[in-house]
Amino acid sequence: MSDYLIEARGLSKHFPIRDGLFGRSTGQVRAVDGVDLAIRPGTIFGLVGESGSGKTTVGRTLLGLQPKSAGEIRFRGRDLATLSKPELRALRPRLQLVFQDPYGSLNPRIPVGEAIGEALLEHGLSSRDELRERVLEVMAVCGLAPYHYGRYPHEFSGGQRQRVGIARALALQPDFIVADEPVSALDVSIQAQIINLFAELRERHGTTILFISHDLAVVEHLCDDIAVMYLGKIVETGPRDALFGQPRHPYTRALFSAVPVADPDARRERIVLQGEPPSPAAPPSGCRFHTRCPQASDRCRDEEPTMRPLDGTHRVACHFA
Amino acid sequence: MRQFILRRLLMMVPTLLGASAVIFFLFALTPGDFVDGNYMLTEARSRELKALYGLDQPVLQRYLTWLGQLLHGDLGFSLQYQIPVTQLLDQYLWHSFLLSLTVLLLYWGLSLAIGISSALRPYSWYDRLVTLAVFAAMSFPVFFLCLLLIKWFAVDLQWLPVGGMQSTGSEATGLARIGEIALHMVLPVLALVMLQSGSLTRYVRASMLEALRLDCVRTARAKGLKERTVILRHALRNALLPLITLLGLELPGLFSGAIITEKLFNWPGVGHIHVDSLAARDYPVLMGFTLFLAVLTIVGNLLADILYAAVDPRVRLR
Repeated sequence: MSDYLIEARGLSKHFPIRDGLFGRSTGQVRAVDGVDLAIRPGTIFGLVGESGSGKTTVGRTLLGLQPKSAGEIRFRGRDLATLSKPELRALRPRLQLVFQDPYGSLNPRIPVGEAIGEALLEHGLSSRDELRERVLEVMAVCGLAPYHYGRYPHEFSGGQRQRVGIARALALQPDFIVADEPVSALDVSIQAQIINLFAELRERHGTTILFISHDLAVVEHLCDDIAVMYLGKIVETGPRDALFGQPRHPYTRALFSAVPVADPDARRERIVLQGEPPSPAAPPSGCRFHTRCPQASDRCRDEEPTMRPLDGTHRVACHFA
Repeated sequence: MRQFILRRLLMMVPTLLGASAVIFFLFALTPGDFVDGNYMLTEARSRELKALYGLDQPVLQRYLTWLGQLLHGDLGFSLQYQIPVTQLLDQYLWHSFLLSLTVLLLYWGLSLAIGISSALRPYSWYDRLVTLAVFAAMSFPVFFLCLLLIKWFAVDLQWLPVGGMQSTGSEATGLARIGEIALHMVLPVLALVMLQSGSLTRYVRASMLEALRLDCVRTARAKGLKERTVILRHALRNALLPLITLLGLELPGLFSGAIITEKLFNWPGVGHIHVDSLAARDYPVLMGFTLFLAVLTIVGNLLADILYAAVDPRVRLR
C-alpha cells in the first residue's frame, strides 16, 4: 500500500483533430501532457490554472470517465487500467465527480431525489425502503429541504442545483471526490457555504478531494496541497504554505500576484503576463511557458525543464527556480 | 391542463374555418368541373346537370351552402360514385388505415432500433453500412421500388400476390381472411417501410448522439449505473423528446393513404380514391377528404403538445 489514495503518473490525454475528406487525424490537442499527481488520503488537493490548461481533463481522466492516452492511474495502489469493466463499475461509487455546470449534469427529466438515490439502489448501498430517508439525510447535509425531493432540476436556483450535484456525489459516500470548479458558477455567499461543506467533509468523513479551481483565494483557504497547471503540464506543486509562501515558478508567481488582498494599504508587486497562452495543439518548444516568461533565456526555448524537488514535496519545473 | 386543451379546441374553430375557405376556393376557382370533363354531353344536358349539382350558382353562395352542410356533419355527395362522401371515405379509409398503421409501427420500431444502435457506435463500420443502406432505400423512386418488388416476389418467385387486398373471388372468413389480407399486405408494407425509415433513422441517430453527449449522461456513468440504464433511462428519454413532434405529425398520414403505392398494388385504399377523384374532378370528395386531413393535422399537433408536456417536466402548458 502506498501513502497516497490516488496517484497518477505520466497522465496524458490527447484529442485528435480530425480534418479533411476522410476525417484523418491531422494533429493532436495535448490537453494533458504527462501529469504526475499524488493525493494523500483525507486531504484536499487544489489544482489551479487558467482556462484551457487541462484541469477539467485531468479530473475526468483521473476518474476514468474519459479514456486516457497514456500514463498510469492507481487508486489505493491498484492500477485502474487492469480492472475489468464490472470491477470498474463496482468501484464507481468510491470515486465521484461534482461538475462545474450543475444544470447540465442533472437529467432534466428526473426528479432530484430520484437522481440522488438512483445509484444507491444500483450499488446496493441502500434498500428500497430506507432509500428516501437516506436521500433526505444527505440532502439535509447539503442544505436542501425535504420538499425538494420530488422537484425537477429546472425548479432550483443555481446554488441549489450545485448543492444537488454535491448531494448526489456525497450520497454514495465516496472516498475520493473530484470537484470541478464547484463554486465558480455561484455567488459569493453561496460559495462560502459550499466551501465549508467541503471542509466539513474532510474533517468528519476523511473524504479526499481534488478541488479544481481558478479562484486562488478559495484554494488557499481550503487546500492542503496545490498543483499549478499550465498548458497541460504541472509547473509547480507542493504544500499550500510552501507554494503560497514561496512560489518558485515564474508562472506561479504571476498567478499569485493577481490574488486580491483585503488590505488597501498593502504594497504588492504585480506581475502582468504578456499575450495569450499558446494553443495546446502546437505547444511551444522547450519550456511551454517561455513565450510569456519574463525570465526566459535560450535554454528555455530548447530544453524542456523537468520536475525537480526543492524541499520536502515542493517541486517545480523551471531551469532557474 | 384542461384549460389548455379546451382553449386549443376552441382555437380549432377559426383555424378550420380558414382551412375550409382555402380548400373550397382552391377547388371551386380551378377552371372546369365534373360536368365540363364529360365532352359527350350536349349543351342543354350539361346546363341541366350543373343546375342539379348547384354548380351554376355564385361561388360565395356555393361556399356557404357547403359550409352549412359541414356543420351538419355532411361532407357532400360524390359526383362520380353517387354516394355520400362520408360513406365513400368510410368504405376505403380503414383499408388505408390498416396499411398505414402497420407501416407506422414497423418503421418507427425499425428506425428506433437502427438509429439507437448506430448512435452507440458512431462512425464505426456498422454505422457507415447502415447509413449507406438507409440512403439507398430512401433514394429509390416509389414506383420503381414497388414494381421491382412485384417483379421479384410476385411474378418471378410467385411467393406473394401481385396486388389487391384479397384474392379475386375469395370468400374466406375469420382467420383465413386475416391471413389472406396479411399476405397481400407484405409487399406494400415492405415498400413503404423501406422508403420511410430512412429519414427517421437519421433523426433518431442524430438525436441520440446529442443525448449521449449530455453532461447528465456522463453523470449517470459516473454514478456507476449499468450501461443499459444509462442508455435507456438517461440518454434515450432525452433523445425521444424531439421525436414526439414528428409522431404527432404522423396522425394525418395514418389516414391519408399512400397514393402511388396503393395504386401500384391495387390496394383499395383512400389514396386510390384520391387519384381517381382528381382525374374526374370529383371536387366534393377531394374537399371533404382534404378537410378531414386538416382536422387530423390540428388534432395531431395538439396531441403532440400534450404528450410533450407529459414527458418533459420543464414544459408547462398554459
